[in-house]
Amino acid sequence: MNIKSFDELLAAIDDFGSSGRVLDVKTEGTGALKEAEIYSFVQKAEADFLEISVEAFRERVFEIYKTMKEAVISGLNSKELSKSGLSGENTAIFKENSGLFDDVTGCAEEVCKAAPEKGFALFSPFQKRVMLYSLATIEENARMGKIAACPTAGSSGIVPGVLIALEEELGLGEENMINALITAGVVGEIISEKMALAGAVAGCQAECGVASAMAAASCVYILGGNNEQVLNAAALALKNVLGLTCDPVAGLVEVPCVKRNVFMAMHSLVAAELSISGVKSKIPVDEIVDSMKETGDLMSVKLKESSEAGLATTKTGVSIENILRRKACASKEN
Amino acid sequence: MSNNKTLLDIIGPVMIGPSSSHTAGASRIGYMAGKIFGANPKKIEFTLYNSFAKTGYGHGTELALLAGVLGFFPDDSRIKNSFEIAHDMGIEFEFNYKEDYNFHPNAVEIKLFGVSLDGKENAVTVLGKSVGAGEIVINKINGYKFDLRGDYTTLILIYKDAPGMVYRVANLIQSQNVNIASMHCDRNAKGQVASMGISLDNEIPDYTMQKLTEINDMYLIRKLDKIR
Repeated sequence: MNIKSFDELLAAIDDFGSSGRVLDVKTEGTGALKEAEIYSFVQKAEADFLEISVEAFRERVFEIYKTMKEAVISGLNSKELSKSGLSGENTAIFKENSGLFDDVTGCAEEVCKAAPEKGFALFSPFQKRVMLYSLATIEENARMGKIAACPTAGSSGIVPGVLIALEEELGLGEENMINALITAGVVGEIISEKMALAGAVAGCQAECGVASAMAAASCVYILGGNNEQVLNAAALALKNVLGLTCDPVAGLVEVPCVKRNVFMAMHSLVAAELSISGVKSKIPVDEIVDSMKETGDLMSVKLKESSEAGLATTKTGVSIENILRRKACASKEN
Repeated sequence: MSNNKTLLDIIGPVMIGPSSSHTAGASRIGYMAGKIFGANPKKIEFTLYNSFAKTGYGHGTELALLAGVLGFFPDDSRIKNSFEIAHDMGIEFEFNYKEDYNFHPNAVEIKLFGVSLDGKENAVTVLGKSVGAGEIVINKINGYKFDLRGDYTTLILIYKDAPGMVYRVANLIQSQNVNIASMHCDRNAKGQVASMGISLDNEIPDYTMQKLTEINDMYLIRKLDKIR
């Protein structure tokens, strides 16, 4: 797709809509054309670029969505620790203690039964499911399970956490989920036109931060927001992640990445809720992306996936790294 | 950023975790090395450099490299069990670790021994690096410089350096209406051994491959399919 900014995207959608391909003329009142939704323009542009049909493109998007659901299901049913032992237990802990399931064998494929209310609950069952599914995915990633890198492996829990919980909560169909995932995807794609979505290049703002913007946008799409609100949600989310470093302990995609995925999934709900209510970002989304790139360029390489500062070099971080090195050596000698 | 990327590369790819560079990228380097060798090797020696050496264990880098040589793609669940699978196949493997910042942070050298595609007892050495987001580059094969990224069908030739070789090869390719996207040549010294890496826009017919093998003093000929 040859779209370099969100402004260009909206202008292209305007042209696309007025070219008559969108037939949803509002029946009552002015007869003005309804704006084309972002996904409908994007799927056509992507299919053209890939030289495949729109149906074939949607099928490929759905394949990725299916993988996301499979990862959640595997993640919910595993307690296996990662090779380093730094993560893998959290999904089970949260699942058992969150009060979400009265039947602990419940999984994403079934409609989750919320436990009977026991006094005060901080989050709704829906919100807890967002947390649980993002956690399940990113722990599945840590234990070498199969995931969709959305946009990266280290941020793979955020978009699925939000989308799969929404699908269950609202009883949405396949077509809706494909539309939502395309909406998430184009947000990441346009950002990636300006900067690499890699912790080593721009820190975690470019991984988990971008994933959160993608999830926020897709969430607003599902809630019925217009295109401006969809992109505004991405703007609100992005603005709040600027400067986020990538300082993983022992260089592994686990500490702080696993729990950060859960936080960022919830973060995207805040952005979506604000945007759908009409709260607007004062800084336009394209300018936020520029500032994210600038911030990434200014960030020390020590804070960009090199594990030479931050959490990685805390006393505990270093001691974990030393223990793991001994563990790795032991396994190599066998 | 990269011109060939699509939305599907943003919401995916589907891969075995945990790291696109240290797991998915590693398996792609292994995959390319396996295809360059062209058969199941008897023995494989991996030398991991720098970040690959330091953080490889927790990322399953060793498992992924070996899985790649066995022909598994980055989304193959068997990656996790590649050691056992190689063992059952009677393939020996060993890993060495080095710190040397003349090499890329995520570099690996893979030496493959055994009966290669040509049916001869052979040893092939491949140097590759994982450059981020699952993308890889093969820099060297048997010490000759290449620039293979797996994004094109690529022809790899190592041969005795002689006048007119580039012309003969290009002519054979062109005669079948295959378009050359880019070409990369290297040699150790005049009149000794030289190499060509040729990226192609279309599939190369078996006929052309056969004709290429008939050229005298060809030491290694491989066609690598694109992997992304």
